[in-house]
Amino acid sequence: MNFITPLSWDDTGFILTGIMNTVTISVVAIVLGTLLGLIVGFMRAESSRVVNALFGGLLDILRSVPLIIQLVLFSTFIGAMGHPLNPFVAGSIILSLYTMAFMSEVFRSGFESVHQSMMTSARSLGMTYWQTIFYIRLPIGLRAVFPSWLGVALSVIKDSALVSVIGYMELLRTSEQLISRTQQPLMILIGVGIFYFIISYPLSSYGRYVERKMTT
Amino acid sequence: MISIQNVHKSFGDLEVLKGVSLDVNDGEVVSIIGGSGSGKSTLLYCINAIENIQKGKIIVDGVDVHSKETNKDKMRQKLGMVFQQWNSFPHMTVLENAALAPRIVKKMSKAESIEIAKKELVHVGLGDKFDVYPTKMSGGQQQRLAIARALAMKPDCMLFDEVTSALDPELVGEVLDTLRLLADEGMTMICVTHEMGFARDVSDRVAYFHEGVIAEIGEAKQVITDPQNPLTQKFLSKVR
Repeated sequence: MNFITPLSWDDTGFILTGIMNTVTISVVAIVLGTLLGLIVGFMRAESSRVVNALFGGLLDILRSVPLIIQLVLFSTFIGAMGHPLNPFVAGSIILSLYTMAFMSEVFRSGFESVHQSMMTSARSLGMTYWQTIFYIRLPIGLRAVFPSWLGVALSVIKDSALVSVIGYMELLRTSEQLISRTQQPLMILIGVGIFYFIISYPLSSYGRYVERKMTT
Repeated sequence: MISIQNVHKSFGDLEVLKGVSLDVNDGEVVSIIGGSGSGKSTLLYCINAIENIQKGKIIVDGVDVHSKETNKDKMRQKLGMVFQQWNSFPHMTVLENAALAPRIVKKMSKAESIEIAKKELVHVGLGDKFDVYPTKMSGGQQQRLAIARALAMKPDCMLFDEVTSALDPELVGEVLDTLRLLADEGMTMICVTHEMGFARDVSDRVAYFHEGVIAEIGEAKQVITDPQNPLTQKFLSKVR
């Protein structure tokens, strides 16, 4: 029997699943990470130093411990507790929290970039606190940090490859399986690299388009 | 009508206003002059309840501004305020800047708010700038936009906090002309200013602030050209 078989058209379905899974977990992490990051970033910009120190410590842990360690620790811990999660759910939770930690700092700096006197001007027109947040502080702050947001979002797509270590069938893991079967790492890794580029490129070019629109 | 009664205001240990009383009648223009740190800007912030006060009372059209029962957002609609820094909303066009508060605060329809914004922008001489973003305009134009934005709320009274201090000298004139126009139309105004010529020619009364109290107040021409208090004389001799 021959265990080494060449790459064939039958493998496209397998690769496509990997691509779809990479896209899915990236979208989930970017969306959840952005929403949570907005809330945490806003709270950090508005709260006292004590609250900030607590938040800051937690975020520092999420940002400084390598993602791969967080993934393994979390899924092992949850499994040992007797509530094993499927790799997609466990991966989504950790990747979203990891993204949130970076996003919250991005948004905090955006909120803080809007000067207090701008808010005072808005309040003097009779706007309430929340109207000032929604119509003035949020839109101005978000514009200021859009390029940084895009940078984090792009790195999440690449970081999603690490979710393979807990068994999620994303693009990298499918390629590893193909490599072990076909023994053609060079060609397959080049192909996978191209796929990551194809996934990321629309986002970064859309980002450039938005930035251009905002400056005019 | 604005009635300021024995107002005290401190920032921590520093007492900035030490018992200020002043009545401003409808249609009256009062200019406040004085050195930096004399408390003149702080008084405006207190009238608008941006800053709270420790003692005394400020009554605007019968409403006690600092009372706990007062809805401050509602109260501020009666008082337009323009600051030293114009703070245009950079993400909106000139027209949207002026139409925003009438629409979201007064709950006007979009068409109504646009109409009122256009009217006030023409009023301050920005009739040709509706679709321009404020960052593309000069400081003088942005300051006039700030005035139009406040006027679009149809305030009973306007508070001006050193509105020409951050402007290049050649742009001061256009903003003062706008203030003069409003004064001629009978708007009630309190202007904190360093422009002595403006204070003399446009205001009805001038108050000189010194270390948190009104050291001298009187008819504008008299205070500026013939001050009675030695402190006012000294201040005016320095700024001239």
